[in-house]
This record gives sequence, C-alpha cells and structure tokens, in this order.
Amino acid sequence: MILLRTIKTSWTALLINKARSLLTILGIVIGVAAIILIMAIGQGAQDLILGEIGGLGADTVIVRPGKQPTGPSDSANMLFSDSLKERELDALRKKSNVPTLKSAEPAVLVPATVSYKGETYRPEILGWSADNMSNILDIHIEQGTSFGEREDRQKENVAVIGDKVRTELFDNEDPLGKNIRIKDKNFRVIGVFPPSGQALFVDVDELVLVPPSTALTYLLGSDHYNEIIVQAESSDVVDQTVLDIERTLRDMHDITDPKDDDFFVQTQKELLSMVGTILSVLTAFLASMVAISLVVGGIGVMNIMLVSVSERTREIGLRKAVGATNVDIRRQFLIEAIVLTGIGGVIGTLIGFALSALAAVILSQVLGVAWGISFPVGAALLGIGASAAVGLVFGSYPARKASEKSPIEALRYE
Amino acid sequence: MTYYDEAVETRVLKGVSFTVQEGEFVSIMGPSGSGKSTLLHILGFLERPTGGAYMFDGKSMQEYTEEELAHVRNDNMGFIFQTFNLLPRTSVLENVKLPLLYSGIKESEWDELAREAIEAVGLGHRVEYEPSQLSGGERQRVAIARALVNKPDVIFADEPTGNLDSKSGGQVMGIIQGLHEKGHTVILITHETYTAEYADRIIRVLDGNIERDEKVAVRRTGASFVK
Repeated sequence: MILLRTIKTSWTALLINKARSLLTILGIVIGVAAIILIMAIGQGAQDLILGEIGGLGADTVIVRPGKQPTGPSDSANMLFSDSLKERELDALRKKSNVPTLKSAEPAVLVPATVSYKGETYRPEILGWSADNMSNILDIHIEQGTSFGEREDRQKENVAVIGDKVRTELFDNEDPLGKNIRIKDKNFRVIGVFPPSGQALFVDVDELVLVPPSTALTYLLGSDHYNEIIVQAESSDVVDQTVLDIERTLRDMHDITDPKDDDFFVQTQKELLSMVGTILSVLTAFLASMVAISLVVGGIGVMNIMLVSVSERTREIGLRKAVGATNVDIRRQFLIEAIVLTGIGGVIGTLIGFALSALAAVILSQVLGVAWGISFPVGAALLGIGASAAVGLVFGSYPARKASEKSPIEALRYE
Repeated sequence: MTYYDEAVETRVLKGVSFTVQEGEFVSIMGPSGSGKSTLLHILGFLERPTGGAYMFDGKSMQEYTEEELAHVRNDNMGFIFQTFNLLPRTSVLENVKLPLLYSGIKESEWDELAREAIEAVGLGHRVEYEPSQLSGGERQRVAIARALVNKPDVIFADEPTGNLDSKSGGQVMGIIQGLHEKGHTVILITHETYTAEYADRIIRVLDGNIERDEKVAVRRTGASFVK
C-alpha cells in the first residue's frame, strides 16, 4: 500500500520534470539497449549455428582425437593428437566391435593453397570422401561426379571443389578434367558442388575435397585422422553406438579410466551444448562489458537526484513538518530513483529489441542466412532488473541526504 | 506548558517561560530577529531546544524520538506558513491530502477528509486547481485546509497574513478565529498588532526575552481586519 502510493508520488514528481527525467535516464536507456542488442544478436547467432549443427542428423557422431575440449583453447590440442589412425578406423568398422555402425569415414584437414594457371587461392582443403559428405550434408554434386571408397583405396589424385573455389580459379572456364595444384601435386577436378553456403562447420563453397588417403600420403605425410565420421544405423541406436565406439577404442589403447581417454565422441547433442556454451560465454562477456555503461548511467542519475534533492529542500521540509519521518522521505527519494531508472530500463529494453529486429533483418540480407529475430525474455528481465538495481544503488546517497535535512533548514531554504 | 531555552549559537532565546492552555488562542508578537520564529519552531516540534524543557501534553520534548516528533506533528499539530508552502503543479486536493499520507488514516477516507477541509475554508469550487491558478488568499486557505485535515489539537500559524493584502488577510484571520472557536488551540506568530489582537492573549518577545504577557482587552474579529 505504502509502496504503491510512494510509487505514485514519485511518478508525479518525475512527470513534473519530464525533459530532465528523460535526459537523466538516457545513459541507462543506451546501456540497457546495448545489452539487449548484444544478447539478442548472441541468441540469434546461437540459434543459427545450432540450427546448422542440428542439420548434422541425429544418427551421425564424430570421433575426434585428444581430450574432450572444455574451452576454446583445448581445440588446438585436438589438431595435434594422433590417436586415430587407420587401425582404429578398421576396428570401428568391424561388426563385432560396433554392431550398430552403418558407416565410418575419416577426415583430415590440409592447410594449403591451391593454384591453377597462376591463380592461387586458399580454400578449405579436406581429405574426406565426397560420397560421404554428400550423404551426410545432403548436398549433391550437380556437375561432374563424386568420389568414394575406390578412389581412396587407390589414392587417386582427384578433387571435388566448391562453387566459390571454381569461380576464383576458373572464372568461366569449365573446371571438369582440369588439374589444380595442391602442394606441388596435381589433382584432377572431377566434380563441382552447387552453391550451398555454410553447412555444419564447413563453407561448402570454399571447399576442396580430396580422398583422405591421398591427402595423408601425398599432402601431409602423416597417418592420423582429424576425425572419424560415424553414421549409426538409426538415431535410436546412437547411444549404443557411442558406447561401443568408446569401448572398442579404450580396449585398443589400454585405457581403463574414461578420464584418460585420448579420443572423444561428439554426438549432435554434445556438439549443440558445446557450441552453445562457447557462444553463451562470449555473449555474457560482451554484455558485461556493456554493463559498465550502466554504472556510468547510474552516476548520472545520482548527480541529478542530488540536484533534485537540493531543489526540493522546501518540499522535504514541508513534508517533514506535516509528519513525514526520515524513513518516509528516504523511501520517497529512493523509490523515485528506482522508478526513474526502471523506466529507463523499460525504454532501453524496447529500443534494444527494436534494434535487434533491425540487426536481424540487416544480417540476414548481408550474410544471406536466415537470421532469426529473437527476443530473449531473460535479457529483458535482466535489463529492467539491472536498471532498477542501479537506481537502488545510486539513489541511496541522495535519498539519505534528503532524509537528513532538518525541517527548519528545509523550510527556510529559498 | 513551561519552556526554557538557551540559545543556538547566537542565543536566540534566553530563558522564556510560559504555559498555554488547551483551547487558548495565543499570539506571539515581536519584531523580526526577536526570536519568535525560533520559538514557534520549538513549540511546533520542528526543532529541539538546546537547553531548557518543553512539555507538550504532559510529556517533555526530550523524551520523544525523532520519529515520535514526526508522528506528533502529524497527529496533533497543523502548520500554516507565511509563504504557504504548497507543492507546485499539484492540485488543491492532493496538497491538502499531504498530511494524510503520513498518518494512520485509511486511504479510502482521504478524499472525503480532504474535501471536508477544503469546504471548511470555502474552496470547494477549487478542488482540482493548481496553486499557480489561485490568488494569494486562496493559496493560504488551501494551506489552512491542509493544516486542518488531520483534525489537530494545535494549529501553528507563522505570519499567515504576511504575504496577503488586507482583504484576503481578513478572510484568513476570520478562518483562523473560527478554528479557535471550534476548540483548536491556536498559536499565531506575527509582528503586527492588528493581527495579534485576534487572539485572547499576546506574548510579546524582544531580544529573546518575554517582554510582556497579557490578555487582550478588545479582541478583533474577521470583519474588523484593517491593514
């Protein structure tokens, strides 16, 4: 009751100085809008990326070497671990080891450039069966042919390229049957992917696929894979498949404690949560940087509240003369500050959402992706809550100043 | 009621002692700087004396906490100031309601109490006006309504006619006199004899001392107010 009435009183006081009230909360408005914008963009990015990963298919799991990364810095150690070789691949392919496995295909990364007739380009070169990729990503070669097991076994120098790579190297020339050079080795282009954009972790347009054995032998001179892509017979048996893979590899590597694993299996579910975690941390970090601006806004609010207390000395004196206690006065000014910053929070949230919608439209246009408009309710509550907290913190001092005025001093004040 | 006071820094009051009975109408008179305002502040529980004792309703002011002083001001006292001290850009009704905000009276009764007080000072037709739309005399009547709204025992008026022309001043004094007749104790501060003579007793203060304390032989009434 008292609270409601005090809020009403504060509201009236703030309306009397509309322009000043608005200017006072500008800092809060901008701060909250920025936080909402960042959180919404973070959420949008997360939705988009997780949507892409979701496209991986629930029946696919990826076996990677090294320990399960718990943060971005661990990814490096994944690249240098050599625990997955042909021996492990063959073991996984055995029905006796993993009965529910439908296929297992290796993939290796080749950090290199490709060139054709003096044109050089740096695409993403992967040693990965083109058949397998078409199958998993559901992107099919429209021009030329694919390659698979047979080409891999014979370590053929063939390549399938993405649309962007084709344009960069060949312009309008027909790439089929032409030789491109990777690390001084010739690779015959046998197929071109249609323009597909980002799929999963790879930009298909920037891709050059070669048989993995060819890549290991002729390009890398190494014998370990960066990942083994496993498809289970159906999504229902994924969990069993993962258990079998883990058991098989632990047996081979004499590992008893799962903590000592030198490999890890990523399912779609794990991948989703891993990427989700990284993006959330990033978003929270950015948002907390922006939150500093709320402190600056709060100082502005304190400054104006002090001016207001000084200007309203007479009012304070009068209220005390007619029976307001120090607590009454203190509550009034504190609530006034909270109402003020709370309104700032609401306005900032609305502006933030408007800007996020705009950003979503622009990002969709510029990046050519379906960037969803997201309105995280949590962000709205956080924005408004944080602003009210700013009011509470930075309103306390002016409110105490107000309550400490003696009624006489206050009434005498001209 | 007895009252002694040692001065605040400059010794404003130097040992004044008097008693006011319930229902009395007392004027405290003196030139500016005589200490009469300080005296009113102490009597009105707005300021504590630095020495001496002030008994209100049988209890010494020293025994009250700050919060209790506020409650007494709210329940038992009403204030009328020379400069009206109305809240700007706030309606007459809301201004009059102000003391109710800090009272124990239920919110549902506020409107009625405030309207009653406004009717009592003859401003029933101005309820929704803001102070800036009122004349000086009307503003002071709003202030009187505000002082009345809690039905206080004592009404303190500090130079209530100081900023008013003689016609409005007469009206205001008429109303104050009416309050006294209804049983309120009234303590009026003024430097003008013709205002002071509305009371039934005048205490003259000079340089922090009581110069004279006497009954008024011929009391003025509302109509006889001349400036």
